[in-house]
Amino acid sequence: MIEMQDVSFGYRAGSELLSGMTMSLQPGMFHFLTGPSGSGKTTLLRLCYADLLPSSGKLSVFGQDVAGLSRDGIAMLRRRVGVVHQDTQFLDHLPVAENVALPLSVSGQPADIEAMRDLLGWVQLSQHARALPPSLSGGERQRAALARAVILSPDVVLADEPTGNLDWDMSMRLMQLLVELNKTGKAVLVATHDLNLIRAVKAQVSARVLRIAGGGLQLAGAEL
Amino acid sequence: MRQSEFRALKLKALWQGLIGRDGGAANRIVPPTGFTAHLTLFSAGAMAFLAVFALALALATERLADRWASELSQSVTVRVSGQQQEQEALTQSVLDILQTTPGAGQPRLLDQDEVGALLTPWFGPDMPIDALPVPDLIELPITGTDFDAEGLRLRLEGEAPGAVLDDHTEWRRPLVSAANRLQVLGIISLVLITAASAAMITLAAKAALAANGQVIQVLRLIGARDITIAIAFVRRFTHRAAIGAAVGTVLGMAAIALLPDMQAAGGFLTGLGFSGWSWLLPFLVPLVAAVVGFFATRWAALKMLESVR
Ligand SMILES: Nc1ncnc2c1ncn2[C@@H]1O[C@H](COP(=O)(O)OP(=O)(O)OP(=O)(O)O)[C@@H](O)[C@H]1O
Ligand SMILES: [Mg+2]
Repeated sequence: MIEMQDVSFGYRAGSELLSGMTMSLQPGMFHFLTGPSGSGKTTLLRLCYADLLPSSGKLSVFGQDVAGLSRDGIAMLRRRVGVVHQDTQFLDHLPVAENVALPLSVSGQPADIEAMRDLLGWVQLSQHARALPPSLSGGERQRAALARAVILSPDVVLADEPTGNLDWDMSMRLMQLLVELNKTGKAVLVATHDLNLIRAVKAQVSARVLRIAGGGLQLAGAEL
Repeated sequence: MRQSEFRALKLKALWQGLIGRDGGAANRIVPPTGFTAHLTLFSAGAMAFLAVFALALALATERLADRWASELSQSVTVRVSGQQQEQEALTQSVLDILQTTPGAGQPRLLDQDEVGALLTPWFGPDMPIDALPVPDLIELPITGTDFDAEGLRLRLEGEAPGAVLDDHTEWRRPLVSAANRLQVLGIISLVLITAASAAMITLAAKAALAANGQVIQVLRLIGARDITIAIAFVRRFTHRAAIGAAVGTVLGMAAIALLPDMQAAGGFLTGLGFSGWSWLLPFLVPLVAAVVGFFATRWAALKMLESVR
């Protein structure tokens, strides 16, 4: 579903941050993306939802070359890729429930109140449905972001450091949600540098671990 | 991203989004902006109020110019009076002079009956005109714009003393051109008011869009199309401009309707206001404001979206 072939990218012309990356995201598989801070994890994810374009190589998402997408094409792609951003932004003037439902309203689909209630219950935000995003805690924000990322029932979920500011218990709860998602058949890619988290998840599902090192992408071995 | 894609943000789709009933989602996407909203409403209203007056001025001066122009007489009269025996020769030389006057047609000497008819109001029908030293009256039609009343007056003074040029309505001529000039100023004011409103709405929309850069970014990231985002903002500002302008227009029209009756007031200001079908013209003001708001916001939205992927 997401295929990279010899993809390179640099924020400035002439100096490449990522180079020669080849990978393919397997449908229904759980993936981790790891690497030191500043190695380019967020950058790689942004390439995957066409927020950035490769400077060379071929990146195709759902069989479409992202370099050839129109602006509307990019919008359509993003409806099929759920993203939990590292610093998730909401519309601060709308309550949590409306923020979570936003992908529905901007894509012209009716909001299903029942499904909405289920979704908020799943991420344990039922009591905060009417709260405004700025009043949420870090963990609540991440769970709201996850709910928003999956409301259109995407084929792939990309999560960028979803547990960044969370304590261990909350991190595990969030990972639990991602594991449940994966069990419903969705491909999941989680960027994190927390190896303990990777180990804990690997105990529950089989996961592939990709590592960014020296600007390139490797499949991490069994040492994890 | 390719420029052409922005140009292709379909006007039709925007229009449908604008008038569509499903404004709920689009309206809520844009954060409420109390202060700017009130400023936009107020400015649109004030501009519309001014526009109504400029319109009234343009219409009134047009009517004024028309009326004055139609009252400009199409002919002048030359009165020739001299000693009994000289009169005939004097009249003949005046006729010669008039014949060669630029901008004038064929002079015509009024006969006894016509002169008598003119004098009747003063002397009554029974006065024997033959017995009086009545001046000869020559009517001279004005045919061209190069007719120079003052020049003719001087020439008659020099060459035919006793002949007097009577151009009773010539003094109105500069007034007519002043009225025409005022009408042009009224129209220029309308154009300037429209342009200033466009600039103002564009500024307001740009400021709102810039302040909502994060909103636009979030919307794009969750898969909103450009058209959806543009509609949300265009809707907000077009409605605001139209509502503000409608209020300003109604107030302006009320102010004009409440002016003292011109028939009674009379004088120079005669007819500042609308009459008959021209009462409908001011209703174009909110319409123009809406159209201006629409295009100004669309332009600002496109500019903003260009910077977001
Ligand atoms: N918009 C940008 N313009 C220029 N350089 C950037 C930009 N965004 C990121 N970088 C640089 O690219 C490098 C990789 O950044 P990136 O955010 O992808 O790292 P990361 O692996 O996600 O790090 P972290 O684990 O801290 O989130 C960093 O050195 C960063 O400074
Ligand atoms: Mg990062």
